[in-house]
Amino acid sequence: MNDAWWTVILVGTATIAIKGAGPVLLGGRPLPERLGRVIGLLAPALLAALVAINTFGDGRALVLDERALGVGAAAVAIWLKAPPLLVVVLAAAVTAVARALL
Amino acid sequence: MDEPGGSYSFAHGARKVAPFSIAVFGFGVSFGVLAAPAMGRVAPIVMSVTTFAGSAQFASASILADGGTLGAAVVAAILLNLRYGPIGVSVAPSLTGPWWSRLLRAQLVVDETWALSGDGRGGHDAKIIVGAGVVLYAGWVIGTTIGVLFGDLIGDPARWGLDAAFPALFLALLVPNLDRPHATSAAILGAAIALALTPIAPPGIPIVAAGLACLLGWRRA
Repeated sequence: MNDAWWTVILVGTATIAIKGAGPVLLGGRPLPERLGRVIGLLAPALLAALVAINTFGDGRALVLDERALGVGAAAVAIWLKAPPLLVVVLAAAVTAVARALL
Repeated sequence: MDEPGGSYSFAHGARKVAPFSIAVFGFGVSFGVLAAPAMGRVAPIVMSVTTFAGSAQFASASILADGGTLGAAVVAAILLNLRYGPIGVSVAPSLTGPWWSRLLRAQLVVDETWALSGDGRGGHDAKIIVGAGVVLYAGWVIGTTIGVLFGDLIGDPARWGLDAAFPALFLALLVPNLDRPHATSAAILGAAIALALTPIAPPGIPIVAAGLACLLGWRRA
């Protein structure tokens, strides 16, 4: 079996285990109030990190490239209450056009 | 349905995620295009079916494509998926029923379904996770298949700006999550931690470390 298939098997098994651990071990039980407040802030913290890394990260380097223009356009569209699909398409279109022109 | 309004919630989740699922379909296509030369035609599709986690899949495929080792490809994907540990804890209270059903539904938890199913107070709606998750999963698997089959026609996904659609999608999911106490501070701190660690830590670690910004919630609201 080649590396591609080993990757599929190992990453797949690990991911199923990581995703399932909390719900299988703790499922159906409420979290203590304070822990609930901490976990409630996980979404803004992780989503903001994903925005930042996917906009400015290139492997281990931080770069400012056409993606920043696309994400900037997306931010304006979100501020103007545009629907999510328009936001995402706009980001891709602005980036693609900037890449073609610059 | 076992309770009134049950079908409404599944459908509600499916409707809520529909615009995102078109974007995720696009990411699926890019994953298929990028993975096929390194992994062959079948392995990327099997990976999307069994590992429903986009960024980790992109990471392993690009490492294999660059001639990286099996160990590097697997470790990078696991690091990128570590955030699903605490995310799983956050959805655990909403997932009831037998353990195998909780395990199965937990697989439908990805960034998008998790963000959309939140009630703003740390709780999650299991029906939205399932309704949204099934739609998103279909988009991801079908997109991957199309990317693998038609990669030659599509060319480099970056040409279509798809790499910028990723952060835009996460931004669209982030904004509705900023309405609770300390959320904006947690977001700014999370982004700062992630950017600061990117040059010095392996991929995945900056995202996991950014999650520590949620400790701001320890203070009284």
